Amino acid sequence: MGDSHHSPEEIKKHMKLYLAVFGGLLLGTLITVALYYIYFVQFWKTVAVALLVATIKATLVAAFFMHLSNEKKTIYRFLLVTVFFFAGMMGLTLWAYADHTMLK
Amino acid sequence: MEIPFTAKPRQDTGLYNAKLGIWLFLASEVMLFGALFSSYIVLRLGADAGMWPHGLMNIPIGTFNTAVLIISSVTVVLAWSYLKLGDFKKYKFFQSITLLCAAGFVGIKSFEYREKWHHYEVWFKEPLTLEQQPGLAGHAFHADNERRQIRQGQIPSLIGHFNYGHHEHAGYFWTLGTLKEKKITEIEFQPDQFHYRIPARIQAEMKKDGKAPEKPAPIKIKVEDIKRLSAFVPAHSTFFAIYFTLTFLHALHVVGGAIVIAWIWGPGAALWKTDPERYTNRVEVSGLFWHFVDLVWIFLFPILYLL
Repeated sequence: MGDSHHSPEEIKKHMKLYLAVFGGLLLGTLITVALYYIYFVQFWKTVAVALLVATIKATLVAAFFMHLSNEKKTIYRFLLVTVFFFAGMMGLTLWAYADHTMLK
Repeated sequence: MEIPFTAKPRQDTGLYNAKLGIWLFLASEVMLFGALFSSYIVLRLGADAGMWPHGLMNIPIGTFNTAVLIISSVTVVLAWSYLKLGDFKKYKFFQSITLLCAAGFVGIKSFEYREKWHHYEVWFKEPLTLEQQPGLAGHAFHADNERRQIRQGQIPSLIGHFNYGHHEHAGYFWTLGTLKEKKITEIEFQPDQFHYRIPARIQAEMKKDGKAPEKPAPIKIKVEDIKRLSAFVPAHSTFFAIYFTLTFLHALHVVGGAIVIAWIWGPGAALWKTDPERYTNRVEVSGLFWHFVDLVWIFLFPILYLL
């Protein structure tokens, strides 16, 4: 956790939470694999659901295993910059593709 | 000279040095993997309709490896929690499971890689027709483009394994050039049952009629009729190029993380006796890296294996 002064009771409570997150991650994996076999008629829907499940799983890992749900402000500030540039890079990528198809 | 804030947090940031350091490093890692994910998107969306390969990955193995990585992620965080509680033995136990999982992941991955390196696709100068290969009729093809073409009776390429001479197996990384070098004039190609299986519905109908569904038979192919031969290596297609780039970079991270965790677990554990707080921090920081590696895999698995 953010600070290093947690009582043993709190740590034990957190450990139960980790196990719940673990269950959630396994469930997410099952859903993702099941999608491969039961796919939607429109392919983009399969992609959207798969990426949504992956994002939820990643959020679980980041929030609880990496303790981002309760961190210091400094880390949030740095990560905000990362999110900005990451989103920018992905945005440019998709923009380039949109441009490309419009020219076709 | 004593470096300040190796264990105790700084007043202004509330963080000890290494924690700030690992987060800055992870931020740069996000951009590294992000650039490669962006390459994936460009290659994927730029591929001609129906040309992105599907079904070339082993999904049960990929799923199993995903579970292995998730297990290791929870054991890392449990090990750290036990250390916080002062239970060094339990920490040792859970972190050893982490290390076993890391070894398992890399072991399975290398098995997967080797499978790919002698798994072949052969392209023909003139597409095969179903009159020439009636054994393939009715066998559904996995990739959309192939399925379309086989309906028209045209088979531009086949996926599978091959023998030559007196049932000698092909080696790793062979190309058309290798066949010519070895003066091989004919190969016996066994199309994958997985790719060329008959759909379940048709199989059931055939059984009703008392006709057992046939497996795709091995096909003799003259080397002079081959346009291209490639194992499932980066040169095979943009799909495998980005697959190997992303998964190998990820596997390097798994190996690197495991080495650090193993060092802290083994020889580095002496620090627990002299400075337990700093030791616990080391475990936390290596754990943060480990979770990040798991997080990357959470995205790699669906985009490379399933979509």
